[in-house]
Amino acid sequence: MAFPPSLPDSGRPPEPTAQPLLRVQGLSKHFPLGRRGLLRGPAGVVRAVDDVSFDLWPGETLGLVGESGSGKTTTARCILRAVAPTAGQVWFRTDGRTVDLARLSARALKPLRPAMQLIFQDPYSSLNPRMTVGQIVGEPLVIHRLARGAELDDRVAEMLLRIGLKPEHRGRYPQAFSGGQRQRIGIARALIMRPSLVVADEAVSALDVSVQAQVLNLLKDLQQEFALTYIFVAHNLDVVRHLCNRVAVMYAGRLVELAATSALFADPKHPYTRALHAAVPRADPDRPMVAGLAGEAADPGHLPPGCAFHPRCPARFALCPQVRPELKVVGDGGAGGPEAGHQVACHLYETADSGPA
Amino acid sequence: MMTDGQLLLSVEDLRVHFASEHGELPAVAGVSFGIRPGKVLALVGESGCGKSVTGYSILRLIQAPGRIVSGRIVLHSRRLGEVDLTALSDTDDRLYRVRGGLVSMVFQEPMSALSPVHRLGDQITEAIRLHRTVTPAEARGLALDLLRRVGVPAPERLFEQYPHEVSGGMRQRVIIATALGGNPELLVADEPTTALDVTTQAQILELIKAFQRGAGGAVLLITHDFGVVAQMADEVAVMYLGRIVEYGRVADILRRPRHPYTQGLLNSLPSLNRPGRLAAIPGVVPSLAAIPAGCAFHPRCPHARPGRCDGGSPPAPGLVEPHHEAACHRAEEIPPWTPAAGEAVD
Repeated sequence: MAFPPSLPDSGRPPEPTAQPLLRVQGLSKHFPLGRRGLLRGPAGVVRAVDDVSFDLWPGETLGLVGESGSGKTTTARCILRAVAPTAGQVWFRTDGRTVDLARLSARALKPLRPAMQLIFQDPYSSLNPRMTVGQIVGEPLVIHRLARGAELDDRVAEMLLRIGLKPEHRGRYPQAFSGGQRQRIGIARALIMRPSLVVADEAVSALDVSVQAQVLNLLKDLQQEFALTYIFVAHNLDVVRHLCNRVAVMYAGRLVELAATSALFADPKHPYTRALHAAVPRADPDRPMVAGLAGEAADPGHLPPGCAFHPRCPARFALCPQVRPELKVVGDGGAGGPEAGHQVACHLYETADSGPA
Repeated sequence: MMTDGQLLLSVEDLRVHFASEHGELPAVAGVSFGIRPGKVLALVGESGCGKSVTGYSILRLIQAPGRIVSGRIVLHSRRLGEVDLTALSDTDDRLYRVRGGLVSMVFQEPMSALSPVHRLGDQITEAIRLHRTVTPAEARGLALDLLRRVGVPAPERLFEQYPHEVSGGMRQRVIIATALGGNPELLVADEPTTALDVTTQAQILELIKAFQRGAGGAVLLITHDFGVVAQMADEVAVMYLGRIVEYGRVADILRRPRHPYTQGLLNSLPSLNRPGRLAAIPGVVPSLAAIPAGCAFHPRCPHARPGRCDGGSPPAPGLVEPHHEAACHRAEEIPPWTPAAGEAVD
């Protein structure tokens, strides 16, 4: 199957030779709100993810950032079909063919599962305390009947060695390990399947800084060694800048900005991205106090009309509460492929005479 | 101790042990520091270094199997006079005046610090009525006023809500309002923003600053985040395995760290100056049951010397420049740490 036509708002289509590993188109996940009492009427839906589109290129690391409730984790989980999306397509290229993960049956999905793996945030709750490390790391191979007996043992030992533990740690239980070591075990479990796509959901957020540095180094090394493509869900912008080639910023379920990491940090366009950027405290005593962002994150169950960010936006104008801005390429559109242009969903950057440009 | 002037709190050689199957674990192994009124001292370190246990000790919140083994925690209170908190019995009236009154605590996890089955308004007024002689109506007025001060947009509505009905940032505002309700002289804030988004974090840090500036309150800020330290602290104490390894003014610690552990922590931070591989500290923090002999950091230290660092008693804190101490045998010998060229972060 060929790839569908390029996204309408992604500027120029990618080079014909370059094919993304993943193409997400119009992805949405809406959760129905329960009725609360007879007289309250239908309660509506929570738009956790709303019309999200982006390409993911082989070998890159795409950061997915935003506040809690922005939909970044739900987006990642929809891509892996840990939850079923309400609408949209997730085109995934594997073994020379392209499939829509959003539409496959659970049965058709199973043989594809080894190719797409998840690293969890919490190294304490994500490992079964009643299984040994060897069982935890080897279990995916057993479930998919990819290895058994001596081969299983060898592959587990090899993977443990690769992520910085010793093969003789196989017989121990997770509680014998520190948080950083447990996170390495979670990484080993994900990578033993030799995936092409790895989603890391806040994979270093719970770790101490010195351990975080070790795990970030490990993730970079493994990416090289196994030709991995990462989606890195995170809220720490310094970590994202260190690890990611491109960054997608989400607010209230929608993508508001998508750009190469250097462009996003040197020239953040969306007022929300700017606010996020300004709010990160730096380990520099000469920097002035960081600025917070007024108000609370939008409630995805009761989104403001127009641009969902407008109630908190310092740059809003008359159009913002009325019309929802679409994600569009701004400035130098750049080439297709992983270097594709800087995209932003904000009326400030629309070339039409609809507002101050 | 090098702190000049009148102290609000002085901690002297505090030792806190936890009984375990491996014997007595020294979670805090001889910690001394002082906090002046109107100042913020940051206790920095990684999980297990004893920074939270130190904070909990000040409020006498250490419970079995933990206990304060020795040391003094002296509060020089304007309202209560001088009192050694370690010497108070569990039923001493003064302990109740101190805990939640003269000394308040802000916890990391605002969900578990609040009762899930009581309305937020009732929880704040309860704290006020425990520490002030006021009528219920007066307590309500004070509580609404506190909520307005911490930036709650509709305090009357929040009063009737339960913790699960509001955001994490709103819950942390309630915690801070409750902590300020007793009119404290010292606020102990244990990772107050770790569970929050950065945009909310900035708002909460601003509230703590306002307490320090406006009320002249002192703050013990427990954190692992050097960004938060740079924003908030006047002085910094870096802890490793139950001891303070470096102590000084915030600018000196961040610009001229002298202990290899502090240097390693700063090198571990992702930054524009450090693209590519991060200079992570090798190895893991040892267990409290197997603290290395000599300097506890020596097995991970790039500057450790056999025969010098790996035996004997741990190095004592020594002055490396005015108002700056490091507990390292080689503090005067190791090359100065400098941030990579072009420290302009953006």
